Amino acid sequence: MKILVPVKRVIDYNVKVRVKADQTGVDLANVKMALNPFCEIAIEEAVRLKEAGKASEVVVISIGTTAVQEQLRTALALGADRAIHIETELSLDSLQVAKLLAKLVGEEQPDLVILGKQAIDSDNNQTGQMLAALTGMGQGTFASKVQINDGKVQVTREIDGGLQTVELTLPAVVSTDLRLNEPRYASLPNIMKAKKKPLEVKAADSFGVNLQSNVTVVKVAAPAVRQGGIKVESVAELVDKLKHEAKVI
Amino acid sequence: MAILLIAEHNNQSLKSETHKVVQAASAIGGDITVLVAGLNCAAAANEAATIIGVSKVLLADNAAYEHQLAENIAGLVAELGANFSHILAPATTTGKNFLPRVAAMLDVAQISDVIAIESSDTFVRPIYAGNAIATVKSTDAIKVLTVRPAAFRAAQTGNSATVETVAAVHDAGVSKYISAELTKSERPELTAARVVISGGRGMQNGENFALLNGIADKLGAAIGASRAAVDAGFVPNDMQVGQTGKIVAPDLYIAVGISGAIQHLAGMKDSKVIVAINKDAEAPIFQIADYGLVADLFTVLPELEQLL
Ligand SMILES: Cc1cc2nc3c(=O)[nH]c(=O)nc-3n(C[C@H](O)[C@H](O)[C@H](O)COP(=O)(O)OP(=O)(O)OC[C@H]3O[C@@H](n4cnc5c(N)ncnc54)[C@H](O)[C@@H]3O)c2cc1C
Ligand SMILES: Nc1ncnc2c1ncn2[C@@H]1O[C@H](COP(=O)(O)O)[C@@H](O)[C@H]1O
Repeated sequence: MKILVPVKRVIDYNVKVRVKADQTGVDLANVKMALNPFCEIAIEEAVRLKEAGKASEVVVISIGTTAVQEQLRTALALGADRAIHIETELSLDSLQVAKLLAKLVGEEQPDLVILGKQAIDSDNNQTGQMLAALTGMGQGTFASKVQINDGKVQVTREIDGGLQTVELTLPAVVSTDLRLNEPRYASLPNIMKAKKKPLEVKAADSFGVNLQSNVTVVKVAAPAVRQGGIKVESVAELVDKLKHEAKVI
Repeated sequence: MAILLIAEHNNQSLKSETHKVVQAASAIGGDITVLVAGLNCAAAANEAATIIGVSKVLLADNAAYEHQLAENIAGLVAELGANFSHILAPATTTGKNFLPRVAAMLDVAQISDVIAIESSDTFVRPIYAGNAIATVKSTDAIKVLTVRPAAFRAAQTGNSATVETVAAVHDAGVSKYISAELTKSERPELTAARVVISGGRGMQNGENFALLNGIADKLGAAIGASRAAVDAGFVPNDMQVGQTGKIVAPDLYIAVGISGAIQHLAGMKDSKVIVAINKDAEAPIFQIADYGLVADLFTVLPELEQLL
C-alpha cells in the first residue's frame, strides 16, 4: 500500500505574527518557518502504518518555492521514503493545491492520502475535502483514529458533538486532527540519511492546471486589540464586579 | 442574488447555527433557500421555514443523508447549488466537512470562516489563528462560504416559508457510517451558551472538572476546556475551545487554570467579558482578561460557587 502525504511549510506555531503596515499581508521576513503541525501528524501516521506493515511506501509532497524542500527533508528524516517538490513562486489557494495533488494522485495511484486538516496560516481546512472531490475518493476528515482492514479504512472523526466513525473504500483521503498521534522527533542519524533520500522536483505549470484563484485579498488588518482589564483581589470583589459593573450575571 | 443555505440539524430539530447563518445570508441580500438534508427530518425543515428571511425550504429526506456523510451531501448540494449565486453553511465540523467538497465539484474557491459580509462578493475572515483579519473579494460565479456562527446574531423566527420536497438522491457509495459517540449533557451547547466556563491543564485531572459544575449550574453556563486539558484526557474533544476547536463569543467567559496560548485565545477572545483565574500573575491570559484573579483555583472555585 502506498501513502501520499502532502505537507505545507508554514510559520512556526509559536511565532506571534505581525500584519504589514501596508496591509498587504503578514510579515514573513526572518520569521521561523516549520512543518504545519497537522502535517507532522500526517507524516507520523503514515510512517506508523509502514512500521506496522500496513504500508509499503510513504511519499511526501509539498507545493511552493524551493524553501519547502527544507520541510520535505524533515519529512524524510521522520521516515518518509521519497519526496516530490512541486515548484511554484505563486502562493496558491486550496483549490489550486488540490488540483495539483489530484494530478499527482493520478500519476502515483496511492491507496491512501493523509494530510493535515488545516494549515495554520490560512486556516482554510479545505484541501483534503477538495482533493477527495476531484478524485472521487471518500474522505475521513479530522481523524483521531485510523484503522486499515481489507481494502477499507475506518476513520474515527472528531466532530462537534463528540466522535463519529466512518468506513471508506480505498483509495481514500484522511485529514488529521491533533489527537491522532504524537509525532516523533527526527534523530540525527535519520536527518543525515534523509539527505540521500530521493527528492524529485516538478514545475507546477507542467501539470496543465490553471493556478489562478478567483479570490483576491483586498487587505489584511490587525485584529482589534483587546484592552486588558483589572486585577481583582478576592472572589467577593469579582462577583461584585460581574454583577454591578459588567452586569453579565 | 439567490442564496442556498445548508441547515445544521440532528434530524429532529434545527441547530441554532442555522439561524446565525441566515442572519449572515440576509446581509448578502437576495432570496434565501434553506436545504434540510437528512432522514425523517421534516420537523427540522418545518422549523427552518419559521426563520425570518427564509423564502423557501428544500427538504431532502433520504437514508443517504442521515449521517451527513460528506460524499453524499456534497453531491446533493453541488447539484442544487449550481443555480445559486451563493452557497452558505455554518463553519461547524459538519459544514467544514462537506462544503469544500461542494466547492471543488463546482470548480470554485471556498471562503472559510466568514465573520463579516462587506458586500455580495467581499467577505472578512480571520487567518493565522485570528492574529490577522483578511478582507477577500471573489469573482467566482458561485461564492461558497462557511460562516462562523459566533460572529452573527441569530435570525428571529415567526415566518412561514414554503417547504418543498427534493427527490434527488446522491449516494456516492464510497463511505459508510459505522458509529458515533456523542457527549450527552444537560448543559447549553458551548457555541450557543451565554456564559462559558473553561478549565485548562491547571485543573490537574478530569475529576477536578466537577468543581466547575456547580458554578456552571448557577450561571446556566456551558463548560469548555483548553487543548491541554483535552489532550491530557481530562475531558472529551468536543469541549475544546480555540483555533482548532470551537469558537465561542459568550457574554461571559471564565478561564480557569488556562495560560492563554494564542491558539486558545483564537477561540474566545471575542467574548464580551473575560475573567481569568490563574495562580501565575504573568500568565498571558491576564493581558486580555477584563477581570483577573491571581489565586489558586482550588480555593477560588468553591468560594465562587458559594457567592453566586
Ligand atoms: C496546531 C495547534 C493547534 C492548537 N489548537 C488549540 C486550541 O484550539 N485550543 C487550545 O486551547 N489550545 C490549542 N493548542 C495548544 C496551545 O498551544 C496550548 O498548548 C494550550 O492552549 C495550553 O493549555 P493550558 O493553558 O490549559 O495549559 P498551560 O499552558 O500548561 O497552562 C496551565 C495554566 O494553569 C495555571 N495553573 C496551574 N495550576 C493552577 C492552580 N492550582 N490554580 C490556578 N492556576 C493554575 C498555570 O499557571 C498555567 O498558566 C494548539 C496547539 C497547536 C500546535
Ligand atoms: N502548498 C501545499 N503543499 C502541500 N500540501 C499542502 C499545501 N497546502 C495545503 N496542503 C495540505 O492540505 C492541508 C490542509 O490545508 P488547508 O486546506 O489549506 O488548510 C495541509 O495540512 C497540507 O497537508
